[in-house]
Amino acid sequence: AMDTDLSSQDRKDLDKFIKFFALKTVQVIVQARLGEKICTRSSSSPTGSDWFNLAIKDIPEVTHEAKKALAGQLPAVGRSMCVEISLKTSEGDSMELEIWCLEMNEKCDKEIKVSYTVYNRLSLLLKSLLAITRVTPAYRLSRKQGHEYVILYRIYFGEVQLSGLGEGFQTVRVGTVGTPVGTITLSCAYRINLAFMSTRQFERTPPIMGIIIDHFVDRPYPSSSPMHPCNYRAGEDNGAVYPSVEDSQEVCTTSFSTSPPSQCVFTVTKTHFQTPPPVVTDTLKVPLMGLAFSHQLSSSRLSYQPAALGVGSADMGYPVLFAGGLNAAHPHQLIGPGKEGGVPPIPSQPAHGTQADQERMCTPLDGVHYSAATPSSSEDTETVSNSSEGKCGSPHDLLETIFIRKVGAFVNKPINQVTMANLDIPFAMFAPKNVELEDNDPMVNPPDSPETESPLQGSLHSEGSSGSSTGNTHDDFVMIDFKPAFSKDDILPMDLGTFYREFQNPPQLSSLSIDIGAQSMAEDLDSLPEKLAVHEKNVKEFDAFVETLQ
Amino acid sequence: LFFPRRTCCRAPPGAAPAMNCRAEVLEVSVEGRQVEEAMLAVLHTVLLHRSTGKFHYKKEGTYSIGTVGTQDVDCDFIDFAYVRVSSEELDRALRKAVGEFKDALRSSGSDGMGQISLEFYQKKKSRWPFSDECIPWELWTIKVNVVNLANEQERQICREKVGEKLCEKIINIVEVMNRHEYLPKMPTQSEVDNVFDTSLKDVQPYLYKISYQITDSLGTSVTTTMRRLIKDTLAL
Repeated sequence: AMDTDLSSQDRKDLDKFIKFFALKTVQVIVQARLGEKICTRSSSSPTGSDWFNLAIKDIPEVTHEAKKALAGQLPAVGRSMCVEISLKTSEGDSMELEIWCLEMNEKCDKEIKVSYTVYNRLSLLLKSLLAITRVTPAYRLSRKQGHEYVILYRIYFGEVQLSGLGEGFQTVRVGTVGTPVGTITLSCAYRINLAFMSTRQFERTPPIMGIIIDHFVDRPYPSSSPMHPCNYRAGEDNGAVYPSVEDSQEVCTTSFSTSPPSQCVFTVTKTHFQTPPPVVTDTLKVPLMGLAFSHQLSSSRLSYQPAALGVGSADMGYPVLFAGGLNAAHPHQLIGPGKEGGVPPIPSQPAHGTQADQERMCTPLDGVHYSAATPSSSEDTETVSNSSEGKCGSPHDLLETIFIRKVGAFVNKPINQVTMANLDIPFAMFAPKNVELEDNDPMVNPPDSPETESPLQGSLHSEGSSGSSTGNTHDDFVMIDFKPAFSKDDILPMDLGTFYREFQNPPQLSSLSIDIGAQSMAEDLDSLPEKLAVHEKNVKEFDAFVETLQ
Repeated sequence: LFFPRRTCCRAPPGAAPAMNCRAEVLEVSVEGRQVEEAMLAVLHTVLLHRSTGKFHYKKEGTYSIGTVGTQDVDCDFIDFAYVRVSSEELDRALRKAVGEFKDALRSSGSDGMGQISLEFYQKKKSRWPFSDECIPWELWTIKVNVVNLANEQERQICREKVGEKLCEKIINIVEVMNRHEYLPKMPTQSEVDNVFDTSLKDVQPYLYKISYQITDSLGTSVTTTMRRLIKDTLAL
C-alpha cells in the first residue's frame, strides 16, 4: 500500500470502512444461514448506527467471532477472511457447503475517493451479498434445517482453504471494490454435489442433539455499531471531507437482553461454595463464596433438541437449572427453529458475554441471567479463562447472585468441591452437598451417544482458526449439576440439556385450565353466601380480634 | 411558469435507449402463475441495488443518508427466495406494474410472449416551453415466455427449474452491478429530483419507469407500447 498517496485521514477512514465491511459481511452471511427470513426496516432519518446505510443487524456472538478471527487485522494480500458454512447431520456427519472469501489483492485504484465512492461501493457490495446469499444451494438447505441437520459456520483468517468442498465446486463472485490500498473482492465457492443432500431424501429421524441458535425470537437487539451519522458533502467537486467518526472499538459486548420468563437463571462460579446449593422452587438469593459471574445473554439462545430417549412423560414438570460450563459458547450453529417444529429455546451464553461481564461479577445480579449448558470443546475455554481473570476479590468475598430456578426438592446429587455459603433457604438440607467439577459434568463434556454428538465437538474452531484456545481452566468453573427429583443417573443416562429440553414445557396445571378454573370459580361463588353468613355470625369475635391488633 | 416535478417528460426520440445507456436483457420461461413472482424477483433485485436511503440535505451542501432495510421474500409458485428493499410503497408500485403486465400477457392470446422493461433515467431540465427531457442511463429488459404445462409433475419440475434459472439471473444482475459503470453524480439539493425518485417516504430509488410490450407470434410488437410512468399513476 502506498500510504504516501493517501492522506492519513483517508487511510484511517478506509481502514475503518474495511473493518466494518468485514464485520457486516460476516453478519449477512451468517444471518442468511440461520434458516429464517430476515426483515429489517428502512428508516428515512439516519439513525447514525447503520453502516453503509443498510439496516443489517449485528448478532453479538457473530461479531465477536469475527473480531476474534481477525484479531485486529484487516484483510490483506494473502490474508483473507473466510466464512465457512457447513452442514452437520444428526448422525454426526458433516460437510462443508460454502466458503465465503473476503480478499484483498494488490490492484490499487489511487484515484478513487475513499470517503465517498469507496463507501458507496461497499454498500452496493453488501446489497449484492444479500442477494447472492439467497441463491447458492446452501440457502435452501439452511431454510430447512432443524431436525435432520444443522448448519454451522466458522470464521477464519488467513489462507483460503477450499479443499473441503469436494470436486467440481463452483465459484460465484459477489463483487469487487477498488481502493487506494488494494481491491477488495468478495466471492463464494460452493459445493455442487449436493444431490444426496436434498432434504427430500432425509428420512424422518429423531431430533438431533444439537445446539440450535434461535437468534431472532423475541429479543431486542442491543444497539449495534456505534457509528455516527456519515455526513457527506454533495456537490461537484467531490472533495468530500469525511467528518471524523469515532471508532468505537467494542461493539458487541454491550447490553444484554432479558429472558423469557420461563427460563431459568444461572450462575457460575468458583469452587468455593461451602453449603449445598439451594433446591428451592423460587427465587432466592444465594450468597456465594468466590468468584461468581453470570453470563448474560444477548441475542442468541441455544436450544437443545434432545434425542428421543424415551424419558418419561413431562410430568416431572420442572425446568432444570443449569449451570453452564460457562465456557465460551461458540454458537457456531446457525439454526433457527426448523420448519418441522419448534424447538423451545433455552438460555445460552455468548462467549463475549463473559468478557463483558468480568467487571460486573462482583455485584449482585439483578434480572435474569442465562447461561448455556453448552458442551465445550477444549478450545472453547478461552473466555472462561478470561472471565476468571476478572476476579473480584479473594475467594472469601461474599458474593450474591440470584437464582431463579425450579428444581425438585429432593435433589441429592453429591457435589464434590463446591458448596454454598450460608444459604438461608428452605430444603437446604436436601441440596446437593457439593458441586461437580466441570469436567465431570455431562453438560461440559457430553457423553458420546449415537445421536447426541454435540456439534460443538466438531472442530468448529479447529484447523486454521486463529481463535486459539487458552487452555482449560476447569478449576475456575464449576458446574452445578442439579438433579431433578425422581430422576436417577443410572436409569437415565441423559445429560442435562436433554433433560431440560424434555421437561422444559410441562403440561399446564389443571387448576389453570379454563374448565376447571371456571368450575372452581363457580363453586367459590356459590359458597360465598354461606361464608358470608358465617362471618356475620361471628362478627363480634372478629371485631374483638381486630381491636387487639390496634 | 411552474412545472410540477412529476410532469411526464418526453422520451428521447425512438424507443431505443440513448447511446450511453447500458442495456441488459434477461430471458425467462415460466408458467403463467409464476410470471408475477419471477418479474418481482428480478425487478426488486435490480432496485435493491439502485435505491439508497433518503437524503437529508443540511447546510453547506452536506447531506445525510437514511437507512435501507431489506427483507426476504419467499415465492409461492417457484422454489426461490429473494431479497427486496423494505418499502411497501416501492413493492406496491412494482406489483401494480407486474400485475398489468401479467394481465396483458394473459389476454393477448395463447402465445404468451412479452417483455417488461425497467429503465433508469435522469431528468434534464429544459427551458420553457419544452418539457424536461428524460435521459436513460440503464435499461433492464426481461423477456418472458409463458409455457403451459400438462400435469402436476411437470409443474413441480418447473418450480425447481425456474428457481434455478432465477438464481442465475440474480447472479447476472449482480455481475452487472459490480461493473461500477456510469451512475449519475450525487446531486445537490436542487437537482435531487432529477436523479432520484424522492416521492417515497422510506427509500430513494433512482428515477425509474417500467414499461412492457406484448409480442405476438410473429415477434412484432402488436399492442401499443404502453408506457406507464409509475410515479404518475401513483400520484394523486
